[in-house]
Amino acid sequence: MSVDEKTVRRIAHLARIAVTDDEVGPLQGELNAILAFVEQLGTVDVSGVEPMTSVTPMAMKKREDVVTEGGRAADVVANAPETEDNYFLVPKVVE
Amino acid sequence: MAGRRATARGDVNSVNPNELTLAEARDALKAKRLSARELTQAHLDAMAKARALNAYLLETPDRALQMAVVSDEKIASGEAGPLEGIPLGIKDLFCTHGVTTTAGSKILQAFEPHYESAVSANLWRDGAVMLGKLNLDEFAMGSSNETSAFGNVVSPWRRRGSDAPLVPGGSSGGSAAAVAAQLCLGATATDTGGSIRQPAAFTGTVGIKPTYGRCSRWGTVAFASSLDQAGPIARTVRDCAILLGSMSGPDPRDTTCADLAVPDFEAAVSRGVKGLTIGIPREYRVDGMPAEIQKLWDEGAAWLKAAGATLRDISLPHTSYALPAYYIVAPAEASSNLARYDGVRYGLRVPGKDIAGMYENTRAAGFGREVKRRIMIGTYVLSAGYYDAYYVRAQKIRTLIKRDFEAAYADGVDAILTPATPSAAFGIGEKASADPVEMYLNDVFTVTVNMAGLPGIAVPAGLDGQGLPLGLQLIGRPFDEETLFAVAQVIEDSAGRTALPEPWWA
Amino acid sequence: MNAPVDPKKLIKGGLHDWEVIVGMEIHAQVSSRAKLFSGASTEFGGEPNDHVSLVDAAMPGMLPVINEECVAQAVRTGLGLKAQINLRSVFDRKNYFYPDLPQGYQISQYKDPIVGEGEVLVDMADGSSITVGIERLHLEQDAGKSLHDQDPTRSFVDLNRSGVALMEIVSRPDLRSSEEAKAYVTKLRTILRYLGTCDGDMEKGSLRADVNVSVRRPGEPLGTRCEIKNVNSIRFIGQAIEIEARRQIAILEDGGSIDQETRLFDPTKGETRSMRSKEEAHDYRYFPDPDLLPLEFDQAYVDTLAEGLPELPDAKKARFVSAFGLSPYDAGVLIAERASADYYEAVAKDRDGKAAANWVINELFGRLNKEGLSIESTPVSAAQLGAIIDLIGEGVISGKIAKDLFEIVWTEGGDPRAVVESRGMKQVTDTGAIEAAVDQIIAANPDKVAQAKEKPTLLGWFVGQTMKATGGKANPAAVNALLKAKLGID
Ligand SMILES: [Mg+2]
Ligand SMILES: [Zn+2]
Repeated sequence: MSVDEKTVRRIAHLARIAVTDDEVGPLQGELNAILAFVEQLGTVDVSGVEPMTSVTPMAMKKREDVVTEGGRAADVVANAPETEDNYFLVPKVVE
Repeated sequence: MAGRRATARGDVNSVNPNELTLAEARDALKAKRLSARELTQAHLDAMAKARALNAYLLETPDRALQMAVVSDEKIASGEAGPLEGIPLGIKDLFCTHGVTTTAGSKILQAFEPHYESAVSANLWRDGAVMLGKLNLDEFAMGSSNETSAFGNVVSPWRRRGSDAPLVPGGSSGGSAAAVAAQLCLGATATDTGGSIRQPAAFTGTVGIKPTYGRCSRWGTVAFASSLDQAGPIARTVRDCAILLGSMSGPDPRDTTCADLAVPDFEAAVSRGVKGLTIGIPREYRVDGMPAEIQKLWDEGAAWLKAAGATLRDISLPHTSYALPAYYIVAPAEASSNLARYDGVRYGLRVPGKDIAGMYENTRAAGFGREVKRRIMIGTYVLSAGYYDAYYVRAQKIRTLIKRDFEAAYADGVDAILTPATPSAAFGIGEKASADPVEMYLNDVFTVTVNMAGLPGIAVPAGLDGQGLPLGLQLIGRPFDEETLFAVAQVIEDSAGRTALPEPWWA
Repeated sequence: MNAPVDPKKLIKGGLHDWEVIVGMEIHAQVSSRAKLFSGASTEFGGEPNDHVSLVDAAMPGMLPVINEECVAQAVRTGLGLKAQINLRSVFDRKNYFYPDLPQGYQISQYKDPIVGEGEVLVDMADGSSITVGIERLHLEQDAGKSLHDQDPTRSFVDLNRSGVALMEIVSRPDLRSSEEAKAYVTKLRTILRYLGTCDGDMEKGSLRADVNVSVRRPGEPLGTRCEIKNVNSIRFIGQAIEIEARRQIAILEDGGSIDQETRLFDPTKGETRSMRSKEEAHDYRYFPDPDLLPLEFDQAYVDTLAEGLPELPDAKKARFVSAFGLSPYDAGVLIAERASADYYEAVAKDRDGKAAANWVINELFGRLNKEGLSIESTPVSAAQLGAIIDLIGEGVISGKIAKDLFEIVWTEGGDPRAVVESRGMKQVTDTGAIEAAVDQIIAANPDKVAQAKEKPTLLGWFVGQTMKATGGKANPAAVNALLKAKLGID
């Protein structure tokens, strides 16, 4: 499979990465090189094979239902580009 | 220009403390022949002289000296931890409380975590001293350190008779370069497809990627969650064993971290290989492999045989599919892991016409080319209509790759010997071709190990015709790093030298 | 459901009759102290970003660890819905960008949910009942909250809700009217509250419904559906369905067609409208979350949880009907809240079940409703109400006096027996005293006495006068008997 320019733009938008017109062509070439490289996987017989879901077979650890965190709003917003009263601020979202 | 001897063993006082191995420095500190402050200062001085290498993104001399003073007090009062006073470099992918953590990316340029990664916290618990944060490929995506947003690391190694700058490998290029250039006694690193072992091989250092789940991933910036593992890079096998002993261990905050007690890795170093069966996988004999690599591999096998191991030819039939499958799984996970860098809660923000515009501009300006490429590939292979053909298929192939190894181990193989890389280090800019796959091929021998979650160690085994280091890789059973240390030590002993680059930068 | 179409449920359009088809996705907040994957509090409200851990804020390198109680709550709910419990389920990432979604993905369950197919029996007001199929229940994270009205150019983001555990309960499109939809949500809410797995507080957003609505002419295949997002009261669910069905019917009768889309219900304007922001083609790129292993447990774990379940509404209702002789309707009213049912049982214990039901439903519930109180805050305890009923049974007070007594206990409290004693409310059973009163009335009203011989219905007037004269305390049976004898009525 290979991607066309329109797909490159669609993927970039899905990934929320702005691409300039100049970037689309080279990106298309690079993505297609990678897709051509992975194409060989199509030749492997995978019938009856389970996809790997956990690298090491073990039981998932769980937490107890105890409140152990919170009360550190200042830390939570400390690195934010824009805040007010410990809220994160973003450009207005229209619903 | 031959490599010089690392240490004048036995006479600690006559050598520069930077030239000690970690084990030697530890013993000297314990014997009070050296203070942590002296040792740390010596490293800070060396770092100041080595800025041309661009190995450290951030030097933390004040913190280092403070920690060293505390270490000296602890040593004096008999409360020393196992790594008390040992100065280390930390790959800038590990979050460090109050110390800028960038992941090599502009998008995290000014990020100051209010938490400490599990791995680095374990090191500080054991008394280690932080010298600074080490350069890396952006978000650990790269094999040459050229994708760092803060300039590439220059390898301390040069080709004989040339001053062309070489890459240190990647993504843990800063870690490998700093260790090779004696700018720390050891360094933390991470390995998603070969990012510990390939730079270790390129710089004549030892690097181990432990079994997936041996080290906690908590507080380490994620690249591909099912593949990422932390591990150490150091100048000797023993030093790696000591460091891994401190870095690893159970962590209730990481669901994928194994609840297994940490073995005495250092004790395993001297076990020898008598009675072990070492597999030599035929699929690693790839087309176009340089004769020098083949020769090194044969030599390594011969050393192990001479030391009492049994060699066995084995087959790992799905080997060649590991790299293409990796380039589906890793970007897919990365595309999702890196969605959090959106300019809302931390990191760079570039305004846009609306919220979507802000996201798009922030991520366009904050991520470098390689990272964007991988995010886009990952987004594509997960998108509607392609998920089964790409992602599910790649995960099935992962199962097949893992089964290959399981069959070999079930057949009595204790460890597998392969080359670590298909070539020695290359020049900076040499592989800036339009085809990203050329760079990806660097990881062809290491990536299978990540896909199967196994432990792998790279150990220096000699120099090529141009005087550049070459490494061998050993692959072990799950959670059997001890055997890897034992076998790697035999290679280190047999290779018979501890070559280090000439300090042209100092 | 291929049951014949009930004509009463059809909606009359301008040209045809239409059948409305409704399915629902209910998001129910799991009752737990901490969040699904972090140790931050789930408490409602709080200062901005105060109930937020570094995991909830998606700081680099933070990892989710599942809260075992949330798993148990999902299994309990599955059992309450008579559903398949999956011993192995998988958490997936649903990827999209939104400022209140810090990770850039929601951890949810896509292909392999923790709970599979089940069903809910729903009783309708007319005494009929329907069975609504449950397709699945899965665990997922709630998002944070964006405030849009604080500032003209910016939205404020608070992550206190981010990561709170939700159960998404997906029904089959088995509902055929707004009434059925409302009854279904009401019943589901009752079950969840019985189980203690969700408090069902719709005002606080603990229960939200996405309502899928389509219409068709009876017998035709399913029409295109629209999803009305986040309807947050049972009344609004009913309104939204009615309004949306009529909108679709108008379009179809006009020769148009329905666009499959997400819509928002605006209760003030009484309309649903397209949510354009959600209209961008979504591609969620689901894949298993590599930070989490599959969720696995054994049947013994499920069995242990099953043993700990309380009696559920359907079983309780059946028992109330058989053990207390109640009508299904009364039993249904009593079991709607677990606290009401418990109250009723305490009152009915060792007493006449029907009398107890009358008192609880008519007097107590009536009064509670009037005052806007819940059963939990009733001023009249089950023991007090029981004592009142006992006093009637023992003939100490009449039913009428009992109502006065209830009123006194409601406002002033106290032991009903003591109140009866101290206020002299005891029924007069002493026939001598009653006879004196009767004689006085007969003597004073000779004309009425004469008429009574011809017109026996005048007996009522004499009874009333006697009760008045005795302050309502005369035993009505005794009064009746005496008057009949003295007036010569039989
Ligand atoms: Mg959902
Ligand atoms: Zn802090």
